[in-house]
Amino acid sequence: MRANTKKAKKPDGNFLNRLRANKELLILSLPGGIWFLFFAYLPLFGILVAFKKFRLSGGGFFYNLFTSETVWFDNFKFLFSSGDAWIIVRNTVLYNFTFIILGVAVPVVLALLLNEIKNKGMMKIYQSSMFLPYFLSWVVVSYCVFAFLNPEKGYFNAVIQQFGGEPISWYTETKYWPFIIIFMSQWKGMGYNTVVYLASICGIDNTYYEAAVLDGATKWQQIKYITLPLLKPVITILLIMAFGGIFKADFGLFYQLPKNSGPLYPVTNVLDTYVFRALKTSGEIGMSSAAALFQSTVGFVMIMIANKIVSKVDNENALF
Amino acid sequence: MADKVMSKRKMEKRMRKMEAEGCKYNQIKTSTNIVFNIILAVLSFICVIPFIFVVIISFTDEASLTMNGYRFIPEKLSLYAYEYIISAGENILKSYGVTILVTVVGTIIGLLLTGTYAYALSRKTYSYRKFFTTVITIPMLFSGGMIANYLIVTKVLMLKDSLWALILPLCLNSFNIIVLRTFFKTSIPDAVVESAKIDGASEWRLFFQIVIPMALPGLATIGLFLTLGYWNDWFNAMMYMDNKDLIPLQYLLIQIESSIDWLANNKAAMGVDGIVAAANMPKETIKMAIVVISTLPIIFAYPFFQRYFVNGLTVGAVKE
Repeated sequence: MRANTKKAKKPDGNFLNRLRANKELLILSLPGGIWFLFFAYLPLFGILVAFKKFRLSGGGFFYNLFTSETVWFDNFKFLFSSGDAWIIVRNTVLYNFTFIILGVAVPVVLALLLNEIKNKGMMKIYQSSMFLPYFLSWVVVSYCVFAFLNPEKGYFNAVIQQFGGEPISWYTETKYWPFIIIFMSQWKGMGYNTVVYLASICGIDNTYYEAAVLDGATKWQQIKYITLPLLKPVITILLIMAFGGIFKADFGLFYQLPKNSGPLYPVTNVLDTYVFRALKTSGEIGMSSAAALFQSTVGFVMIMIANKIVSKVDNENALF
Repeated sequence: MADKVMSKRKMEKRMRKMEAEGCKYNQIKTSTNIVFNIILAVLSFICVIPFIFVVIISFTDEASLTMNGYRFIPEKLSLYAYEYIISAGENILKSYGVTILVTVVGTIIGLLLTGTYAYALSRKTYSYRKFFTTVITIPMLFSGGMIANYLIVTKVLMLKDSLWALILPLCLNSFNIIVLRTFFKTSIPDAVVESAKIDGASEWRLFFQIVIPMALPGLATIGLFLTLGYWNDWFNAMMYMDNKDLIPLQYLLIQIESSIDWLANNKAAMGVDGIVAAANMPKETIKMAIVVISTLPIIFAYPFFQRYFVNGLTVGAVKE
């Protein structure tokens, strides 16, 4: 016990010395630190709203927070008894699961194709073209898609009618949207992901291929026995990290692309859009913050599990 | 160092190309090459055509568009939508100004905050390195979520309807700091820092006069991440901006359905001139024209974007 107090006292003197020695670097990292305090740590208090019957009634946020009635898990009970909750969670998880699988399969195949074609000039052109959608915002993308899907003037309905079909009311028919959403998410992201895998393929030691060619391996055998096995660590890590984010939805994809169309909610409503709508249209702060806290918590658990698995597979790539 | 890595990669590629030409059976068959090229060409086409379609629509004559719908080969071309934006689209030009202002100010603030913070973290002698690393790691795992952020920004920081609400939430994030810290560590040799310290340079001088000039490619990468993020941001405006005078371009595009009617009605209320102006307003093409002008800067800066994004991807992949 006494030793402890002694030890506790000693760093006190060191503390000032250390502060002085690190003064300049400390001042350099302070502005960023303050930003994190305000924009990352202060919002953590906002989580408490999920357990409150929160009402804004003047007197400031913290005053309201501490004076409003604590209802514990009532907001969560409301949320999960509404019936919406399960559809939303199902949509979020199923879409993300599809994105994760395709997000590996499509770019890996594309990277292999790009790496193998003979005309490297064309490779640059393909790569630049496929990268373009990544730089467009979801708002711009929604207009690009609207040019095709507009029920009266859109290109698709014009083609359908030319072949004698009935025009489709794209923004009210739910059955097309799971496909459209999955297609557009790949459309926007595949160029970026391809670059990641192409970079890893370029980093593979050439001597492997030279040896394989000497042994008479065909191109297909080289891909199967050299390229893919050497890509496996990168694929594994990215896959597992993506599973960590399975409860996070790309807000723009699910909100802007379907133009926030009501009839499409059954197939486009995900956790993020639900929280946003609850906040902005119905103003149900309690229930929406319960949904947000549910999302953050499950997301946190998923990341921790993912990180645990990564550190088992390959400690180098673990987050922490 | 990063340049060396890149040039090494380029050399490897060139060597592999030379070798491939040398031993024919390491190349894919001509027929396979054609198939691969066709697949990639089709995908590249799908990636760029929606945006090209929007450009074509924006140059279509409004009357022929109303008659025929959107067409790849319009009956009649017209520059009217663009003329209208220049002559009568004060709102649109104002929004353009808001977007430029937010992007420039945000990128500068973001670069300063990210740079100083990342630099401090990259210094091995910094005693509080561990603490400040934890500060940026926790928000990557657990966040307050949308509602909590909304409440803090609007009710505690009181930033609703202020341009700062569009700038501050986006200027710093853990990922950018980690990428830049890694870049500092790999591109600035310890010997340089140490000799400058021995010569009596303060940390500020070290940062502003030695580190910044040496790390320009890394800073350019982060700068472009930030620029793209600000330019394409509509989410923060949707959350925090109700002030009609401070609406950025992307958010204007979301509101345009109602705001075009508003523009027309407003003009009509102004008298005979207004009625003529409202009647002449090219409603459909003007939307697409705004999409085009909002994306134009990205298209022009495209080669930069692509190069530095690829750089950032490969640099960020290296841990410690």
